[in-house]
Amino acid sequence: MNIFNTFLFVILPYLALAIFFIGTIYRYRNVKFQISSLSSGFLEGKKLFWGSVPFHWGLVFLFFGHLIAFLIPQSVLIWNSHPVRLLVLEVASFAFGLSMLVGLANLIYRRSTNDRIRVVSTWMDYVVEGLLVIQIILGLWIALEYRWGSSWFASSLTPYLWSIFLLEPRMDVVVAMPLVIQLHIIGAYLIVLAFPFSRLMHALVAPLDYIWRPYQRVIWNWNKGKVRSTATKWTIHRPRNN
Amino acid sequence: MDVRSQMSMVFHLDKCIGCHTCSIACKNIWTDRKGAEYQWWNNVETKPGTGYPSKWEDQDIYKGGWEKKNGDISLKGAGKLRGLMNIFHNPHLPVIDDYYEPFTYKYLDLIESPAMTDQPTARPVSLITGKPIDIKSGPNWDDDLSGTPDYARKDPNLLKLSPAEQEAMFQLERMAFYYLPRICNHCLNPACVASCPSGAIYKRGEDGIVLINQNVCRAWRMCVTACPYKKSYYNWHTGKSEKCILCYPRLEVGQAPACMHSCVGRIRYLGVMLYDADLIHEAASEDENNLVDRQLDILLDPFDPEVIASAKKNGIADSTIKAAQNSPTYKFVKKWGLALPLHPEFRTLPMLFYVPPLLPVMASLKEVDNKAQSEKMDPIAKNWNDNWLYDTSTEELWGTIEQARFPLKYLASLFSAGDEEKVKHILKKLMAVRIHRRGITVGDIDEAKVKQAMNDTGLTPEAAEEIYYLTSLAKFDDRFVIPASHREQSIEMLDFTGDAKGTTGFGFKETPARGA
Repeated sequence: MNIFNTFLFVILPYLALAIFFIGTIYRYRNVKFQISSLSSGFLEGKKLFWGSVPFHWGLVFLFFGHLIAFLIPQSVLIWNSHPVRLLVLEVASFAFGLSMLVGLANLIYRRSTNDRIRVVSTWMDYVVEGLLVIQIILGLWIALEYRWGSSWFASSLTPYLWSIFLLEPRMDVVVAMPLVIQLHIIGAYLIVLAFPFSRLMHALVAPLDYIWRPYQRVIWNWNKGKVRSTATKWTIHRPRNN
Repeated sequence: MDVRSQMSMVFHLDKCIGCHTCSIACKNIWTDRKGAEYQWWNNVETKPGTGYPSKWEDQDIYKGGWEKKNGDISLKGAGKLRGLMNIFHNPHLPVIDDYYEPFTYKYLDLIESPAMTDQPTARPVSLITGKPIDIKSGPNWDDDLSGTPDYARKDPNLLKLSPAEQEAMFQLERMAFYYLPRICNHCLNPACVASCPSGAIYKRGEDGIVLINQNVCRAWRMCVTACPYKKSYYNWHTGKSEKCILCYPRLEVGQAPACMHSCVGRIRYLGVMLYDADLIHEAASEDENNLVDRQLDILLDPFDPEVIASAKKNGIADSTIKAAQNSPTYKFVKKWGLALPLHPEFRTLPMLFYVPPLLPVMASLKEVDNKAQSEKMDPIAKNWNDNWLYDTSTEELWGTIEQARFPLKYLASLFSAGDEEKVKHILKKLMAVRIHRRGITVGDIDEAKVKQAMNDTGLTPEAAEEIYYLTSLAKFDDRFVIPASHREQSIEMLDFTGDAKGTTGFGFKETPARGA
C-alpha cells in the first residue's frame, strides 16, 4: 500500500510535472504550428455559447482560487476568518463548479452529436473531456461532503503541494485524506500530464500580453539603419526582427 | 513625417467582365487545401448583390471595422476589452453557412454503378463531413443575379436608398449589374491586426502587406470579426486564420500576384505608394464626409524632394522611390483622382482602390432607316431588316451620367461613404476621356463639345491621352510596377547569403499538421 501511495502522490506528480515541462516547452519551440485553441465556433456557433462560456469562466475562477490557496494560503485563511465571507467563497466556488459541469456537459453533447464537430474531434479531445468531467464531479462532491474546503485546503493540502515543489515530498497528510480527495489530487496530476499531448496547450498561450501591446503591429524584415556598412566587419550575431 | 512604402492596387471596374479567372488562379495556388476549400482570398461579386460571405457589408450583423465614438476610433466588434471578454465565444463570428458549405460530387458512383434501369447520379457530398448534403449555397451563388429578391434586393447598400429608388432600380427595363472583384485591401489601419490577441497578424514594413504568422495564430478568431471586408478566413481544419498574402513570394521576385497576372480584362494595377505613417490615426478618425479626402492626403507625392529625402532617411530604397514615381496606382488615385477606396466608412484606410464603373445608361429604341447599312453587309452572311436603333445619345453633355440606371447614391454608398459628388466627378472624367477619344478617332463630335467636357472636368488633352493609354493600351510593365525587394540585404542581416540561396518563397520545414 505504501508503494502504491508513493507512486500516486510522490512519483506521479514528478512524472507529470517533468512531462508537462519537457513536453510543452518542446512543443512550443518545435511544433508551434500545432498550438491552437482549435476553436470550432466557425462550424457551429450557437450551442458553443452554452458550453464554452459557462465552462471557461467557471474554470478561470476555480483555477485562480486553487492557485491562490496554493501560493498565498494565508490570504484565504484570513478571508475565511469571518463566517459570512467563508460562506460567500464556498457558495461562489460551488456555483462556478456547477457552471463548469453544465458547460462541459453541453460541450460533450455538442461534440458527440454534431456531424461537423465530430469531424474535428480527436480521441484525445474525448480523453481530456472525460478527465475534466471526473475532476469536476469529484470537486463538487468534495465541496458538498467535506465542507469548508477552502480553509482545509489552505492549511493541510498546501503544505503537501509545497513539499512537492521544494523537492522534499511529505505525503503523510494526503494519505490520511478521504478517497474522494485523493482521487481529485490524482486527477489533477493526470490533467497536468495530458497538457503536452492535447489541446489543453492553448491555456498556456492565453493572450494576456494583448492588454498592453499597441493595437497596430508593423514588422520590418530588416532595419535599414542597422544594415552593416562595408566599413564594419561581419558578425554572425543575428539581430531580432524589430 | 514618417514615410513608408505600401503596395497598393487599383481595380478598374469598367473593364471587369466577371470571368473569375483571378479567383481560380488564386484558389489553385493558395487555398486548394483541406479546411480552406471555402476560402476565396480573391472573389468576384455581382453588384447589387449580397456578396460573400452573405451581406458582409452589413456591420450591424458582422461588427467589422472601426467606429468613431467621442472623437476617437475603436474596433466595433473586437478590441482589448471586448475581444478578451468574448474570447471563449465570439458572438459575432460568422459561421461556415454564411459563406457556404464546401462540397464535391461522388463522381465515382457514375463509373462504378452496376447496370440499372435508371441512370446513376453523382450526389453532392459535404467536404467537411463527407456526408450527402443539399447544396444551399456555393461559390458565386449570386453571380449575375441582379434583380432577384433573395440576392440583389438584399444588398446592404440599398438601405441608403428610398423604397421608390429601389423599385426604380429593379424595373425590368432598367435592370443592370456590375462586378466587384475583391481581395485583401492591405489596409493602412488594419482592424484585423488590431484585433489579434496573439499578435500573430502584422503589417510588413517594407511593402505594407498584411500577413498572419501561422506559428503564432491561436484561433482566437477575432480577426474574422474585425475585418469589415471579411477577408480573414478561419481554417476549420488547422485551427488557424488565413488571408490573402498578395502573393508576396511572387512579388519578392518581381512577379505580379497571380490574380493580377491572370486578369483577362486587365483591370488590375499594382504599384508602390508612399505615405505618411504619422497621420494614419488622425486620418482614420476623421468625420465620415472627409474620410476619403483625408486618406488621399496622407498618400505622398513621390516627386516632392522633401518626401524623397524623408523616404531615404527611413531607409526606403532608391528603386522603391523610383517605382513610386512610376506607380500606376499613384496616377489613378492621386494624379487623376479616378479611383476611390471601397467602403471608406469602415475606417481601415484600405489600399485597394476602385475606378467606379460608368453605369449602363438608359437607352431608347429609335425608328431609323437602316437600309443604307443593310446594303453594305454581306448579303449571304448577314441580313439587317430591323428599322430601329438602340440609342444611348442624349442632348445634354452629361445626360448619360444623370440618366444612369442606378442612382448615384448606390455607387456613393460603396465608394465614397455616401458622397455622390465624388463619384459623379469621376464618372464625368471617365466620360470626358471617351468624348476626347471619340473626337480623335471618329471625329463626329463637335470640337466645342469636347472642349467643354474637358473644361468641366479639369482635364487636359495630354492627361486624357495618358488616362486612355493606361486604361486601354497599357502593357504588363505599365500595369505592374514592382520594385526589387532587396532580399539580399535582409538575408545578410539574418543569415549567410550562401545558405539562403534558392530559398525564395515561404513554407514550413515540417508538415503543417493540426494540433491534438
